[in-house]
Amino acid sequence: CRSLAARLGPVCLDAASFSRRRLSFGPQFVYTPESADKSLGETSRMNLFQAVTSALDNTLANDPSAVVFGEDVAFGGVFRCTVGLKDKYGKDRVFNTPLSEQGIVGFAIGHAVAGATTVAEIQFGDYIFPAFDQIANEASKYRYRSGNHFNCGSLTVRAPIGAVGHGALYHSQSPEGFFAHLPGIKVVIPRGPIQAKGLLLACINDPDPCFYFEPKILYRSAVEDVPVNGYVLPIGKAEVLIEGSDVTLIGYGTQVHVLREVARLAQSELGVSCELIDMRTILPFDEETVYASVCKTGRCLIAHEAPLTGGFGAELAASVQEHCFLNLEAPVRRVAGHDTPFPHIFENFYLPHQRRCLAAIKDLIGY
Amino acid sequence: MPLSSSAIRANLLLLRGGGGLFVSSRLASSAVLSTRPYKLHKLESGPASEAQVTSDEARKYYRDMATVRRMETAAGNLYKEKAIRGFCHLYSGQEACCVGMEAVLDRNDPVITAYRAHGWTYTRGVPVKAVLSELTGRASGCAKGKGGSMHMYNHNFYGGNGIVGAQVPLGAGIAFAQKYREDKRVCVTLYGDGAANQGQVFEAFNMAKLWDLPCIFVCENNKYGMGTAVERAAASTAYYTRGDYIPGLWVDAMDVITVREATRFAKDWCLSGKGPILLEMETYRYHGHSMSDPGTSYRTREEVQSMRQMRDPIASFRQTLLTAELVAEEELKEIDQSVRKEVDEAVQAAKTNAVPDPKELYTNVYSQPPSGQPNYRIRGIDQFTWSAN
Repeated sequence: CRSLAARLGPVCLDAASFSRRRLSFGPQFVYTPESADKSLGETSRMNLFQAVTSALDNTLANDPSAVVFGEDVAFGGVFRCTVGLKDKYGKDRVFNTPLSEQGIVGFAIGHAVAGATTVAEIQFGDYIFPAFDQIANEASKYRYRSGNHFNCGSLTVRAPIGAVGHGALYHSQSPEGFFAHLPGIKVVIPRGPIQAKGLLLACINDPDPCFYFEPKILYRSAVEDVPVNGYVLPIGKAEVLIEGSDVTLIGYGTQVHVLREVARLAQSELGVSCELIDMRTILPFDEETVYASVCKTGRCLIAHEAPLTGGFGAELAASVQEHCFLNLEAPVRRVAGHDTPFPHIFENFYLPHQRRCLAAIKDLIGY
Repeated sequence: MPLSSSAIRANLLLLRGGGGLFVSSRLASSAVLSTRPYKLHKLESGPASEAQVTSDEARKYYRDMATVRRMETAAGNLYKEKAIRGFCHLYSGQEACCVGMEAVLDRNDPVITAYRAHGWTYTRGVPVKAVLSELTGRASGCAKGKGGSMHMYNHNFYGGNGIVGAQVPLGAGIAFAQKYREDKRVCVTLYGDGAANQGQVFEAFNMAKLWDLPCIFVCENNKYGMGTAVERAAASTAYYTRGDYIPGLWVDAMDVITVREATRFAKDWCLSGKGPILLEMETYRYHGHSMSDPGTSYRTREEVQSMRQMRDPIASFRQTLLTAELVAEEELKEIDQSVRKEVDEAVQAAKTNAVPDPKELYTNVYSQPPSGQPNYRIRGIDQFTWSAN
């Protein structure tokens, strides 16, 4: 094991050297900026939180029923996603709520049921759990239980998620797995500013309640030229970012950028050609794109920060083996967070970093 | 070398022992100090307006408050040096609350609070070294480095909780356990002005009153929930009345003796079987909500400065003690110096002590492996972590 680790690269394996070196914390990646379709018109340099603000700005400008609320959104929000909106649209439309997640989401569901476009913010995805009953038992079931008489489709709930390098137990969680289990809602996770704006606008315009999770480490580190006007990207459609022939890599959010690096290393160190898919929508997920890719490559690696057991990767793995069985050259592999609470220490060991993913690719190729 | 006269006095003070006869005729062994006015909710009478304080007690309260203040300043500095990362919420300004309450509680009375917990961690018996080491993620930290700022624990101190409001039903449950076991104890359950609007707080109130639980609910109202002033978050900012059917007391928590007498009253109330009681400790924090908040975008610098100058709990207690001639100025200086030394040593330890063993990444998820799976290993981990051991 030690020699394998030594060959695969610089990961600190003993506590003594850990304390000697100053490791950088959090997901290790370089953000690769993308460019928007020219037909979308004029662009402006934006990071991810500015792209979110832009989407909300477009919404408040064009939809008179739209309101945005949550804890501390009026001054601009703890991640600056709502800067300037209260001044532009008034405190009747952009306002703070008290500290009550269950109340915020319940109140938002009611507002949406009454027909208004409602964008509620939960300050950190880690805090969303008091609202889980409202989401599971009210939001997701409204249309179904009323026989389509009522629905809360004009609801969108936004929350920051994911590792940030120092968030520890309660500022780093990735809860998408819990929400993937609720028929009736949609769950969307963007990988960058252009994607963020288009997907958020799609969620807001979507006729079903949407849960939009923003990878908080990308708020400042992801910067692109984003179209200033409104545009939508499809919900329920994954995207193939790199075409390849040997292994399909599947991720979403921040992990997409880690996997980009993995694909590059796989090519240069192992001569392996990887196909990279960004799921973008967790629920309902794009089965067609995933199965087509794995049937082509025969090998599949899924990576996410959330813990392994019952994580969204488990659903993908089960579905892939069911639909691609005869094309598989190796079992479907998942590289994920450990089955422990998100740690205060040793975050570098916990996350599905490049070296762990590369080791899994080696296993897939050598199977 | 001849001793200076202040050194002579200092040595005589140290020789003093118990509390009676003493060299200097200027100092008293105890004094009667007045408490600041209280406000009552559904109570016929409140805590005493005066209290006897011995010089030993005075020294202890002063020392404890000074230690918390210096420890929090050190934590802030460590954070700025990036020795502490993540989230760090400082208690400076609120010292009278934990020290005053702890003066009446004993180590058998459980306490549970939210994330602004370093002061309580110290008064609950965790040494400064273990608090700062926990903040820097060392094995010598009070939670082995696994919890960090918001998750510090000790015997009868249930933390340290990140999700505000969640600790309040927990506190009611602990109080129930005391009552069930017929322990003559109270559970002190703290929350802030922001968390006071969480639904589960009211669920806990209802259960506590319904079942007469010996629970002292304490709202540490420092006027701001992160950056939101209380008037903008709460339909009623009279937090001591928001227990409705639970009697309540408003306390000026910038004075340690006022806090102490309120706690004495509350503890007697609960232990005489009258059920829960709610204390609102009106206090103030000098720093921002956390180290990422400068604390000046939602309140003026003048406001913070004026609180520091006019209402600081340590400075005002110091003044009270000197005026009442309970403690000599030189003694207070010595206490300050000794506190400084203790905190400086703790800072060194926090910076240099060993980090936890990598196996702490996956231990303590369960108590032990499931009985049906003797070879059970935590899933999701691969050879990078396993081979580190």
